[in-house]
Amino acid sequence: MTTLSHSLPAAHDSAPVELLRRRLPWGLLALLAVAFGLVPWLGNDYWLNAILIPFLVLSLAGLGLNLLTGYTGQTSVGAAGFMAVGAFATYGLLLRVPGLPLPLALVGGGLIAAGVGFLFGIPSNRIKGFYLMVTTLAAQFFLEWVFTKFPWFYNYASSGTISAPRLELLGHDLHSPLGRYLLVLGSVVLLTWVAVNLVRSQIGRNWMAIRDMDTAAAVIGIPVDRYKRLAFAVSSFYLGVAGALWAFAYLGTASAGSFDINRSFQILFIIIIGGMGSIAGNFVGAAFISLLPLLLNQAGQWLLGGNVDAGQLQNLQKIIFGVLIIWFLVKEPEGLIRLLSNLRERLAIWPLRF
Amino acid sequence: MSIAENILEVRDISLSFKGVKAIDALSFAVRRGEICALIGPNGAGKSSLLNILNGVYRPDAGEVVFEAEHFQRIQPLEAARRGIGRTFQNNALFKKMSVIDNLLTGLSRHAQSGFLAQSLGLPGARREARQFREQAEGILEFLELQPWRDVAVGSLAYGLQKRVELGRALIAGPRLLLLDEPMAGMNAAEKQEMSRFIADVNRDLGTTVVLIEHDIQVVMGLSGHVVVLDYGRKVGDGTPAEVQANPEVIAAYLGTVH
Repeated sequence: MTTLSHSLPAAHDSAPVELLRRRLPWGLLALLAVAFGLVPWLGNDYWLNAILIPFLVLSLAGLGLNLLTGYTGQTSVGAAGFMAVGAFATYGLLLRVPGLPLPLALVGGGLIAAGVGFLFGIPSNRIKGFYLMVTTLAAQFFLEWVFTKFPWFYNYASSGTISAPRLELLGHDLHSPLGRYLLVLGSVVLLTWVAVNLVRSQIGRNWMAIRDMDTAAAVIGIPVDRYKRLAFAVSSFYLGVAGALWAFAYLGTASAGSFDINRSFQILFIIIIGGMGSIAGNFVGAAFISLLPLLLNQAGQWLLGGNVDAGQLQNLQKIIFGVLIIWFLVKEPEGLIRLLSNLRERLAIWPLRF
Repeated sequence: MSIAENILEVRDISLSFKGVKAIDALSFAVRRGEICALIGPNGAGKSSLLNILNGVYRPDAGEVVFEAEHFQRIQPLEAARRGIGRTFQNNALFKKMSVIDNLLTGLSRHAQSGFLAQSLGLPGARREARQFREQAEGILEFLELQPWRDVAVGSLAYGLQKRVELGRALIAGPRLLLLDEPMAGMNAAEKQEMSRFIADVNRDLGTTVVLIEHDIQVVMGLSGHVVVLDYGRKVGDGTPAEVQANPEVIAAYLGTVH
């Protein structure tokens, strides 16, 4: 029957997959216990405000973009544009619909972002790859312009900014750092669970099939255009919710400028560094991108005794990101998450080298 | 031969690429339940014909009759829905996905559960997922692919990839299976194995098969009906023995005696 040469690499490849399935739930439960139980006890306001909240929101945004780019193969550089839609839509809903609970406003903002994402996804029927990316770039600039140009979106505030009119859930005020942290954590956990369901379902397989080879997907009966648009819509829903959380749970006050092209690139870097087509990768990528500046700052303090200019540190940070992006794209397109799983694989068989 | 006996009829199909005729007024019929082999030298128009049958190309003239329905052009999605399965010459698998996930994509058009049911993991969606998984396990067993079920397809040997592609087409329960060189690049043992799988599919599931193959030995052993193409024209049509005795076929393969 089958020759030995076939079975050898297969046995090697299938081992980590099995390992992952059995071990993941325990690690995950421990992580959730820490996030919900320990962090609120131990975390101080600085950690919650400056590190954990942005980390979680960026993870969620990365997740949204990853569904479109990592799973469906449609590269987008307009992520922040859809975040802006979510932020401004949630703001509008909270402002203009009296008594609307916060969760519903977030979902509503996400749905409006999904609708806008769906519209910008229509060209994907005809346009592929680089050219599609350019249309998402157009979406980014167009949306930013819309939220600057029309004062209705920011309720005619002279500053052009929005801030949440109310931030409460079932009578609890969520303005404290801990309240905002729990709001963000709850949203992220819930939406991550949905995303895991999605990518393991037939919908997720259809997306990955389109990513890997769209002509073959059509031949076996997958409605390619419909699923591409669905990916745009779902991705934009996630980005929309992330945008609203970014504006109200992290920044407090935001404007169209909070969602500029740099933010879009930041989200794209998160998924490239973390891992395309991986749910956990978004969290690893977001952790990396939010912790690296802090580490660099600390390193600067230690090595140079605080004599280093903050601007230069920022430049250094950009250089490091640039080098890493190139390195990951060339050497490890599956990102940090792949490196971590390789490491775990090696540790599992550690004393034996072969 | 009555119409109902024919699952597929090709009538006066012509196709040209920028003025070069790939297929020239080609007609033949495939009977329900048979294995029909398309043979002919490179560039004879065999793959182009398969591409017309499942809607990847649009013919310049002629029509295709599938299950007594007439088509000027059939869309790929429509062809899949009506039960035409297909594999490709150079493998068109989803390389980063595992073997079982590749098979499961073949069931896409049978999926009933909606977006919310799937995203929230509702019982209906779970039941369907379980049922799909059982079907996929059945195919894995049938094609003896279990050792590789969770391996990314891109890392498999070429011959195994061909088998996965066959499985992906098969899982949807096609009535007509179009196989474009299912044994290309295989050694003798692998070819024999693949022939056995195709014969099993045909006998056990009753699937009609149209396949393209260059290895004449394999063709003669496997199929009961052979259609020979040369420069887009049909030069032979009949049982393997009839075709082998046809002087025009011999000329196409070995060159004419002057």
